[in-house]
Amino acid sequence: MTTAILEERKDQIHRTGQGDIDIACNRESLAGAVSQRACVFCGSRVVLYPIADALHLVHGPIGCAVYTWDIRGALSSGPELHRMSFSTDLQEVDVIFGGEKKLEAALDELIDRHSPKAAFVYSTCIVGIIGDDLEAVCRQMSAKKGIPVLPVMSEGFKGSKREGYMAACKAMFKLVGTEDISDVSPISVNILGDFNLAGEIWIIREYFRRMGVEVVANITGDGRVRDVGRSHGAALNLVQCSGATLDLAKMMEEKYGKSYIRVSYLGIEDMADSLYQVADFFKDIDPDIVKRTEDLVKEELSKLMPEVARYRKDLEGKKVAMYVGGSFKAFSLLKAFRHLGMKVVMVGSQTGTKEDYAELERISDPGTILVDDANPLELSAFIKEKDVDLFVGGVKERPIAYKLGVGFCDHNHERKEALEGFEGMLNFAREVHSSVMSPVWSFVPRRANKINTIEKGAGNE
Amino acid sequence: MSKVKNKVERPNFVSTTNACKLCTPLGAAMAFRGVEGSIPFLHGSQGCATYMRRYVISHFREPVDVASSALGEKAAVYGGGPNLKKGILNVMKKYEPEMIGVATTCLTETIGDDVPMILAEFYKEFGDLALPEIVSVSTASYSGTHTDGWHGAVCSMVEQLCTEKAEDDGSVNILPNMISCEDVRELKDICDHFGVKSTILPDISETLDGPALEDYVKIPSGGTPIADIKKMSGANATIEFGRCLGTKTGGVALEKNFGVKNHRMGIPMGLRETDVLFDSLETITGNPTPRRYELERGRLIDAYVDGHKYVFGKRAVIYGEEDLVTGLCAFLSEIGVDVILAGTGARGKGLAESIAAVTDGVTSKMPIVREGVDFHDIAEEAGELKPDLMIGHSKGYKYAKAWNIPLIRVGFPIHDRFGGQRILHLGYGGALSMFDKIVNAVLEKKQSDSDIGYGYL
Ligand code: SF4
Ligand code: SF4
Repeated sequence: MTTAILEERKDQIHRTGQGDIDIACNRESLAGAVSQRACVFCGSRVVLYPIADALHLVHGPIGCAVYTWDIRGALSSGPELHRMSFSTDLQEVDVIFGGEKKLEAALDELIDRHSPKAAFVYSTCIVGIIGDDLEAVCRQMSAKKGIPVLPVMSEGFKGSKREGYMAACKAMFKLVGTEDISDVSPISVNILGDFNLAGEIWIIREYFRRMGVEVVANITGDGRVRDVGRSHGAALNLVQCSGATLDLAKMMEEKYGKSYIRVSYLGIEDMADSLYQVADFFKDIDPDIVKRTEDLVKEELSKLMPEVARYRKDLEGKKVAMYVGGSFKAFSLLKAFRHLGMKVVMVGSQTGTKEDYAELERISDPGTILVDDANPLELSAFIKEKDVDLFVGGVKERPIAYKLGVGFCDHNHERKEALEGFEGMLNFAREVHSSVMSPVWSFVPRRANKINTIEKGAGNE
Repeated sequence: MSKVKNKVERPNFVSTTNACKLCTPLGAAMAFRGVEGSIPFLHGSQGCATYMRRYVISHFREPVDVASSALGEKAAVYGGGPNLKKGILNVMKKYEPEMIGVATTCLTETIGDDVPMILAEFYKEFGDLALPEIVSVSTASYSGTHTDGWHGAVCSMVEQLCTEKAEDDGSVNILPNMISCEDVRELKDICDHFGVKSTILPDISETLDGPALEDYVKIPSGGTPIADIKKMSGANATIEFGRCLGTKTGGVALEKNFGVKNHRMGIPMGLRETDVLFDSLETITGNPTPRRYELERGRLIDAYVDGHKYVFGKRAVIYGEEDLVTGLCAFLSEIGVDVILAGTGARGKGLAESIAAVTDGVTSKMPIVREGVDFHDIAEEAGELKPDLMIGHSKGYKYAKAWNIPLIRVGFPIHDRFGGQRILHLGYGGALSMFDKIVNAVLEKKQSDSDIGYGYL
């Protein structure tokens, strides 16, 4: 166990109930550690990618583009230009003589071919080194093509995903305010920080429709350039997900005076609470909204709760470890697992802040392991130490859990099930149940041996 | 080679859409992963390693640890040497590896880090520690594809680990190119049945397709033992798969440095390319082909005959790694499938010549051959050619769907089906299983497109 943790990583791990929390988060990944962390570019790409009618051109060598080709759901109800992977595929000559000409020509070609509503041009590591003037090329192409061409300054080495979120927000903010807002309702919101990975945006929008709230822009799930352009017309910004789009909300607050609230659509309380917060915000102009919201929640819960109870019967007392991108998600998941009667024993995050970890410490059970930017060895050590039944994470963590004979729930970007909203809670329960309760675990060596010992020791219970 | 009349350059687009290649260090990392006790290590920023791990994991469904020197802004400006050294020390501490395979990335190539020099310094500074083997390879993605990374890593391992002439042991070296875990297992079986000791480098059969475990292991078991790599110089011969290989390969190095005869041949796909392998093994070992393979060969021909009508004249678009594409062409020509377009993302591989060579004497029809293509280019050309089948990895699915034709999945990556690591492509057995798949894909399409509801086909 101890050997799994490098000396320098020790202050990125904490056990609740053991002294003050002081997790050193948001530092660069340690050289030689197999970090689960990604790069700045990855952060930007994740945020902007779901804008479906924009061209997303990755300026760099081929890998950065090819590894992000259609890797997440990010469903669109219309155009699907975002599902293509465009790259300038820089070659040795470009690296030596600069890639600006190639970038310009590529933009020219692709904008003519696809007529996008805007283009995002992502900078990658070597572009940062060879010094191409992305802004100048974009400005020039914008003028030539008559659409916004926006540079995203996302050189990978300049930090982690978090910096990438910021770069994405800056790029998007240039679109905000470019469209007419005269027909926007005073009871209106923007949905920030949901990427519609499995159609969640549609579920949430439907709740708001029933409440009588107009959704101006989804930022960015099932997103459209024009919607982002008129998003400053919405009365309120709803920000989900730890930090991905928070910066944009702050920029809009500063420039357009629009307030924002942080919400979560995961789990029962957080979903309901988010809707109530919105109702509360608009109750002065529309006093009925509170009642409508209460009815909505009541109706959804009356459908949901009996179903959840069925799953809970099986899942009661099972143990969970989770490793998620943003720790805000961890808060919601923690509560969601309580509804299933499950105990969360480890929480890890890639991009949590100090405040996030303090909040986690407050809401989790004593003895819970909190860890920032974990690596596979640590994760497996914790899984074993805590003898967990389910691991929640992304595609990179799945095989670790499976090797050790532990169930898995994909709660990251590659999930195919809608896990948000009230119906999402049910999908979530079903997904958790279908992994934890599978008979296959009894054959996995670690479990099989344990079962044998128990049977030998305790007879047939 | 008069059949080679097509121009092979890609059509003239500047931009790349849906690339048909991966980046160089990914291939190197996969090859390093096929050595016992080895950890792949990317010298560059963190993102590349994380992306590649994710990509590889989605195919193999195994834990795949790839370390990174995780360069930040400062290192990108002042050089990554300190990070590389520190990274190696950290990997040593935590994984206790027998080998660390260091591959560069675009970033460190561009800033001009001299990895061999940094490693030489490292040996000097830390020579007192029990150091693992450290093999390095230069893998800038802006010049090459993942196959170059793979072959480069294999060549580096041979050159940097096998430095002395070992005692002759009558064994055979096999440098198998990028093949599946199942393919490696098949090769091992073939050698076992021939009664010859083999050193297969790399051997991903266990390291990327391991069993369920009692305990998490830092480095998976299996892989080519380093001691065996060191003894490759004492082998009877080397068999190196790949008709598109360059002049700097592991097989060439072993021949040049130690006189180990290099038998270069195509990846043994289909009947005749597999015959080449068995003929060579007979020559090298002096043993006849074991009866089980004679039988398998017979069953393959029998199946070819039984199924020939279903597939004759079907028009196929194939794509992927240059040597895989060549092997597919060899196989498809034997069953009467017309390859109308063969594409690869790599450049300057002599793909057209290789395809002409492997189809010689079986078909006079030469496909359009394209190097340096992406899927946009393939679709532009192939759409008009009215294909019946696509054969290649998962990334062609979008196009197969658009054309409403079956995609027969082979090679890497398989991200939208289960069991990619267990696809068998090689040998008579591999040809049999690919043939079954293709015939069944054609039958399934016929059955589902028809209102009749055929019960016999
Ligand atoms: S920078 Fe180079 S090595 Fe890294 S992902 Fe991009 S292409 Fe691959
Ligand atoms: S770290 Fe740099 S080179 Fe690697 S994937 Fe990210 S942007 Fe691309």
